[in-house]
Amino acid sequence: MLLIHCPYCEEDRSELEFRWGGEAHIARPENIAAISDEEFTEFFFLRNNEKGLTYERWRHIHGCGRFFNAARDTVSDKFLLTYKADLPKQPIAAVEEALAAAQDKVVETWEQTEGDAR
Amino acid sequence: MSSSSNIGAFRIKGAGRHTPARTARFTFDGKTYTALEGDTVASALLAHGVHLVGRSFKYHRPRGILSAGPEEPNALLDVSWDSARRQPNVRATVQEVFDGVKIASQNRWPSLKHDIGAFNDMLSPFFAAGFYYKTFMWPKEAWAKIYEPFIRRAAGLGEAPKEEDPDHYANRFAHCDVLIAGAGVAGLTTALSAAATGATVILVDEQPEVGGALHHDAATTIDGQNGYDWAQDAAARLKAMPNVTLLTRTTVFGYYNHGFLGLVERVTDHLARPGRNLPRERLWQVRAKRVVIATGAIERHMVFSNNDRPGIMLASAARSFLNHHGVALGRNVGVYTAHDSAYEAAFDLKRAGVSIAAIVDNRTDPGEAVLAEARALGIDVLTGHSVTDTSGRLRVASMTVVRNGGANARKIKIDALIMSAGWTPSVHLFSQSRGKLRFDEANQRFLPHIYTQNCVSVGGCNGTDDIADLVGEAIAAGGGSIAVTAENRFEWTGGMIGAAEGAGPDTAVKAFVDFQHDVTAKDIRLAVREGMHSIEHIKRFTTNGMASDQGKLSNMHGLAIAAEVLDRPIPQVGLTTFRAPYTPVTYGALVAHSRGELFDPARKTPMHALEAQAGAEFEDVGNWKRAWYFPRRGEDMHAAVNRECRTVRDVGGVFDASTLGKIEVVGPDAAQFLNLLYTNAWDTLKPGKSRYGIMTREDGFIYDDGVVGRLAEDRFHVTTTTGGAPRVLHHMEDYLQTEFPHLKVWLTSTTEQWAVIAVQGPKAREIIQPFVEGLDISNEAFPHMSVAECSVMGVPARLFRMSFTGELGFEVNVPADYGPDVWKAIWERAQGIGACLYGTETMHVLRAEKGYIIVGQDTDGTVTPDDAGLSWAVSKKKTDFVGIRGLKRPDLVRDGRKQLVGLMTRDPTLVLEEGAQIVADPNQPKPMTMLGHVTSAYWSENCGRSIAFALVAGGRARMGETLYVPMKETTIAVEVTDLVFFDKEGGRIHG
Repeated sequence: MLLIHCPYCEEDRSELEFRWGGEAHIARPENIAAISDEEFTEFFFLRNNEKGLTYERWRHIHGCGRFFNAARDTVSDKFLLTYKADLPKQPIAAVEEALAAAQDKVVETWEQTEGDAR
Repeated sequence: MSSSSNIGAFRIKGAGRHTPARTARFTFDGKTYTALEGDTVASALLAHGVHLVGRSFKYHRPRGILSAGPEEPNALLDVSWDSARRQPNVRATVQEVFDGVKIASQNRWPSLKHDIGAFNDMLSPFFAAGFYYKTFMWPKEAWAKIYEPFIRRAAGLGEAPKEEDPDHYANRFAHCDVLIAGAGVAGLTTALSAAATGATVILVDEQPEVGGALHHDAATTIDGQNGYDWAQDAAARLKAMPNVTLLTRTTVFGYYNHGFLGLVERVTDHLARPGRNLPRERLWQVRAKRVVIATGAIERHMVFSNNDRPGIMLASAARSFLNHHGVALGRNVGVYTAHDSAYEAAFDLKRAGVSIAAIVDNRTDPGEAVLAEARALGIDVLTGHSVTDTSGRLRVASMTVVRNGGANARKIKIDALIMSAGWTPSVHLFSQSRGKLRFDEANQRFLPHIYTQNCVSVGGCNGTDDIADLVGEAIAAGGGSIAVTAENRFEWTGGMIGAAEGAGPDTAVKAFVDFQHDVTAKDIRLAVREGMHSIEHIKRFTTNGMASDQGKLSNMHGLAIAAEVLDRPIPQVGLTTFRAPYTPVTYGALVAHSRGELFDPARKTPMHALEAQAGAEFEDVGNWKRAWYFPRRGEDMHAAVNRECRTVRDVGGVFDASTLGKIEVVGPDAAQFLNLLYTNAWDTLKPGKSRYGIMTREDGFIYDDGVVGRLAEDRFHVTTTTGGAPRVLHHMEDYLQTEFPHLKVWLTSTTEQWAVIAVQGPKAREIIQPFVEGLDISNEAFPHMSVAECSVMGVPARLFRMSFTGELGFEVNVPADYGPDVWKAIWERAQGIGACLYGTETMHVLRAEKGYIIVGQDTDGTVTPDDAGLSWAVSKKKTDFVGIRGLKRPDLVRDGRKQLVGLMTRDPTLVLEEGAQIVADPNQPKPMTMLGHVTSAYWSENCGRSIAFALVAGGRARMGETLYVPMKETTIAVEVTDLVFFDKEGGRIHG
């Protein structure tokens, strides 16, 4: 069972409290009614399902109820970073830095690393 | 009888750690024996010279006790605690004896000594590896009736109890800084070291006492003390510390992600009279910041011909029985080994007065220290020799010894044989943690290599053989600064994996690799010859390592034999993955309290008890119990539903609609938000009015539906389908939080806040009129699709004028706690007027008569609003809503899509089957062209005929056409109609 850091509660909580929400950073087009079939296919049907580093959404459904984003290694199931839903995709270098900084911590919060950067 | 003979002829006076005065009586296959407290079933039986305890799985060969621990593959017994409590396949080497326990052997008939199934042993050429896949293939029909029952009866092990388990099981969550698996020297030292730092420590061991290998190894000295005594002292010191939890009789069975571990604690299995308040077992779910694996190593057997006779045992097991339990396994014992450790067992036995027939060592260069000690003790050592066979039907009687490569065999008489091929590190938990192993070529073993979690292996499971190194490693792993000095008498050398002399590729002998599944060296070679080149395939074809012991003894041997035939190095052949659980775990422990009513708790409405009193039959809708129909005396379901359907339309009916999902949508942007989530327009809905809404997913398919009432400019009362409420709220939250976060809206689930009483029928207004306060509910003031906050019987209420029956109808929402009282009052008045209670079945029929769909019954996730005949509910003016683009997809706008239509059977008395397929030409040869299927079908008492809905390709263009529903016995002709069967003008709803 995974241990997941909720960036809103700022707590490591058991996977039991969360629900997976699919790939992250797929924005619904503003002009969705006008997009082409190809664009709709790209937006709605196609997912990368990458092995290794993946960005995905989670919801702390049995906690605060908030959706947030996570960078997770699908091979080791390690969470590299979790961050709030309104933040842009965290670049890989930053994610790996966060992982290195985390060392023996399973999950590192975005606030801590971003706070340091500021 | 003297007390010493009473507790077994093979008890050695002065040996062992049990108290001779504390005895316990038990039975084995009906015969009574006396044991000592602290005995396992295995040691107690051996004390009485009983070696034969079971028959093997496939060949029914006589089997004895092979080990002294959880790796035991042979001695699986049926244990009865009392008349109600029985468990099959219990390892005799793990189960502790207590007064009154009844033990029985398994897999034998008529008796253990005379087993008909042993005939299989003579037929063994037909039972080679993979025989299940090759034999019994023909004729096909015979499989279910003859072959499978035969195989199951013949090859089964224990028999599962048929009665419900009377015990209860507990579940506990725990967190710690360090969890240590295994309380041998390594685990105890780590715990002392970690505890000294102030860390919270959970130390776990599967045995009743700590000590691990010290149970058998009597030659270790720690801090100047005998090793076993030091271990008990260490345990006492640890128990006294507030930051340490010591769990014995507890197995760490699984190591999962992110430091999560599963433990099972056996609380009462060793007790004669457990307190009723004690759980039988307790499941621990532990989240550990760090894990130290100190699980030691397991001794391997030698793979040679007829190595499975009762009386043949692992050397360390014989040592455990002697040094811990005070029991000798025989009077004249042979030794066959490829490793020094068996010598120490021989020394201990010799010193206890047991004669050692010979140590047969297949190496030419055993450790010098053990050789010297053997000579000093006068034990005959045959180096460069092998045991190539044994004899003895129910107990080993001789071993055949040959010089390696030589021809002259000689038989040596023995009554027991101990063996050792070396030690396999227990890397199970490390492997479960997804760690990567490396192959230690020099010692022919797999060791932990790359760690993926915050854990470390120490001691035997890490390949650390020297006890001083082991203690150092353990202190470092604990992180504290403590001093422990430990020494051993002998440094070990040797070890082999694979088949020994006389069981090589050119032989046809039965040299067992996996005892529990009767897999021989020959079977593994056969698997390779038949094309299984991956170790995973070999495992499954031979079933090597697939028994409940998971190959703790057999995996390495099987791998070496396969590698030899494949002519590939062992690391290239690879090891099969270790999976949880390490040892079998009962379902009881995993399920704990989640059984019976708590398995999947039922949701009940506030009026449930009143409905039950009124005689309701209930049906399950999701987790809800819903009143299905209310039969009167003598009525079957059909009669009750017909009466309810008539009464609602003629007079009125009262229905519990509380299970409908309810979501309160509040905020200045609430209307705009609903505009985006539903296909309809909501900004045009006036406060005090309600509207039927459809929700589509982004792909354009119907997701949910329901009536939404606008209570104020900024407040909507949304209803959803009964089953859809949680996912609809999740769906709304998803869009609100991630796509439309700029909208000022708050969502709250109110499903359980409101009790909902639907009153339907021509007299509905007359029924509720006297209870409604502060609201004019006349047709003019409160027309169809009105909503208002008012007071009902003095209780704050929300009143909807709405209908799912096509009749004049109201839905009274009151706070859940007031539901029963309001229901009672309304029902009392309704009854006086001649109305009835009705359930979900009548609700279904009445809505079908009116052509109202049920999402999930008449739709299946591939139906658009237009397919369902609801395109009127899709706004043409809105520039955005979820699904707006999906609805324009080419496949969703093409001609010929399946559309929802009505069906009337030509014979009005025939009711169609839901799910039945529909064709245009019943005489078309198979495969026929299917046009669609029936989604809803009922007898309509009000229409005096059967009615149905169906999804039919191009359905609305087929009005009046005759189609056919081919059933098994007959073909039913149907006419395509529109969806409304009753009151087509729709006047009644406005009554």
